[in-house]
Amino acid sequence: MDAFLENFNYIVYVVLMMIGLYAMISKNNLIKKLVGMTIFQSAIILFYVSIGAKEGAAIPILDHHQMHVAAAHDDHADTHKDKADTHEGEHADTKIHKADKHAAGAHSNHTSAEHASTHTDKHKHEAPHAGEHDDHDGHHVSSEINPAKFSNPIPHVLMLTAIVVGVSTLGVALSIVQRVHQGYGSIEEDDILNQIGPNADG
Amino acid sequence: MRVKPIKVFALLAVICVGSLLLSAMGDFPAFGDPNSPANAGQLATHYITQVRVETKVPNIVTAVLADYRGFDTMFETVVILVAGLAILAILRRPACESSRRFAEIAAMKSHVDLIQVTTCRLLIPVIQLFALYVIAHGHHSPGGGFQGGVILGASFILMALVNGLRATLLRFSEKKALFLSAVGVIIFAGTGLICMLLGGNFLDYEVLHQILPYTDPVMARSHAMLIVEIGVAFTVMSIMFLIYAVLSSGGEMEGGL
Amino acid sequence: MILTFDTVALILLVITAIMALKIRDLLGASVVLGIYGFLMCLLWADMGAVDVAFTEAAVGAGVSTVILIATVYQTTRHSKD
Repeated sequence: MDAFLENFNYIVYVVLMMIGLYAMISKNNLIKKLVGMTIFQSAIILFYVSIGAKEGAAIPILDHHQMHVAAAHDDHADTHKDKADTHEGEHADTKIHKADKHAAGAHSNHTSAEHASTHTDKHKHEAPHAGEHDDHDGHHVSSEINPAKFSNPIPHVLMLTAIVVGVSTLGVALSIVQRVHQGYGSIEEDDILNQIGPNADG
Repeated sequence: MRVKPIKVFALLAVICVGSLLLSAMGDFPAFGDPNSPANAGQLATHYITQVRVETKVPNIVTAVLADYRGFDTMFETVVILVAGLAILAILRRPACESSRRFAEIAAMKSHVDLIQVTTCRLLIPVIQLFALYVIAHGHHSPGGGFQGGVILGASFILMALVNGLRATLLRFSEKKALFLSAVGVIIFAGTGLICMLLGGNFLDYEVLHQILPYTDPVMARSHAMLIVEIGVAFTVMSIMFLIYAVLSSGGEMEGGL
Repeated sequence: MILTFDTVALILLVITAIMALKIRDLLGASVVLGIYGFLMCLLWADMGAVDVAFTEAAVGAGVSTVILIATVYQTTRHSKD
């Protein structure tokens, strides 16, 4: 039961695909077959797009403040990070020197590591303040882009193509159905097969 | 009432394929998981974080569609054009002058309804303006070439439904539709060719900053995306209307719905 | 990503798919296929795929329904099964 509830949406996608496949094979009317083809195609596209969905994620369109503060912030963050790295490197060296001078052992290493970590914590705390800025309401918004907060754009792109190609294929199939109707007077498969004759080879 | 063998075969096939697919579903990640292999991969992360730096286009889907995956979009436009040509090749035939047909067409001429005509005369310009807005704002909001082209084509289909196919074909003839659809593909492929002539790769939009005035390589990508989307919109609009015109008149382009 | 809405929409999707295949009147089947397309559009908008939802609403539920009805007009309206 748990597995059913967890994968409920995948099970529904498979059920939809199978409805479409059954209709394409077993229905007699040519237009019903095409309806089945449409259902099959849409179910596949639905399955594909659902792979890119994320819980609590926004649509893949960047906001105004995420676009424009971006360029300035990226260079700013790089220089800030470089400064923090060199600072941390110097401080760690001096701390280790001092620890060697005083006493050896895990204890002094531990304190120097603690010192280094608190130092980097302070630096890390400063960096977000440089990157954050207030938007119109005065709320603190960060202009760092977190990829987990946006829906995956790649399935959307591929399925846009798939939908438009699907409607083109439907158009060609419908024109063939009309041509068959003009030639045989009916769009039921058994009628057409009877008219072609029992020895329909080649 | 015996069951037809084709239905039994269809049921068996569906059960086999369905159970195969369902057995594979157990390995799938949970729905909406941000750390699944598809979502946390390198390509998706690169697109989301680097689009604002490399192309300055807020709509990530349009940027990926028209720039990073420009080849797919170009060949999709060609597929739409070829589908329109295939429908023309299958169904198009000269109008036959049989008496039953003639009476039908004469009866259809008086089927123009006053309320429908007046309403659509007010609505169709607004629809087309909205379609142009959707094309032009593809960079900032959901939209782009495909959606705007389909809405434009739908406005012409509305005109054909209300005023009759003949009156619409006087304004947007078959020849014009075919010409515009070819122009759309030429715009797309031509942009790529111009990029090659300027020294870059095919569809490498950065080198276009040499001929577009007042742009740097990043803005040249954004502007080239707009040009390419306009080409796609031309083709999609013409082919959607052509498909409707051919299908609803049985190939004769005379009467219709 | 509203879970109850997703569940209800998926169940409705299966029901409309089966109905589109069971209705003998082909005009009604085309309209039900249009309903199917609109439900898909709602599902995708809920998943955050707004471009795909826009395209499906315009193409799948708009143009696809119209060309299906145009073909039904030129051929027969009732099917035997």
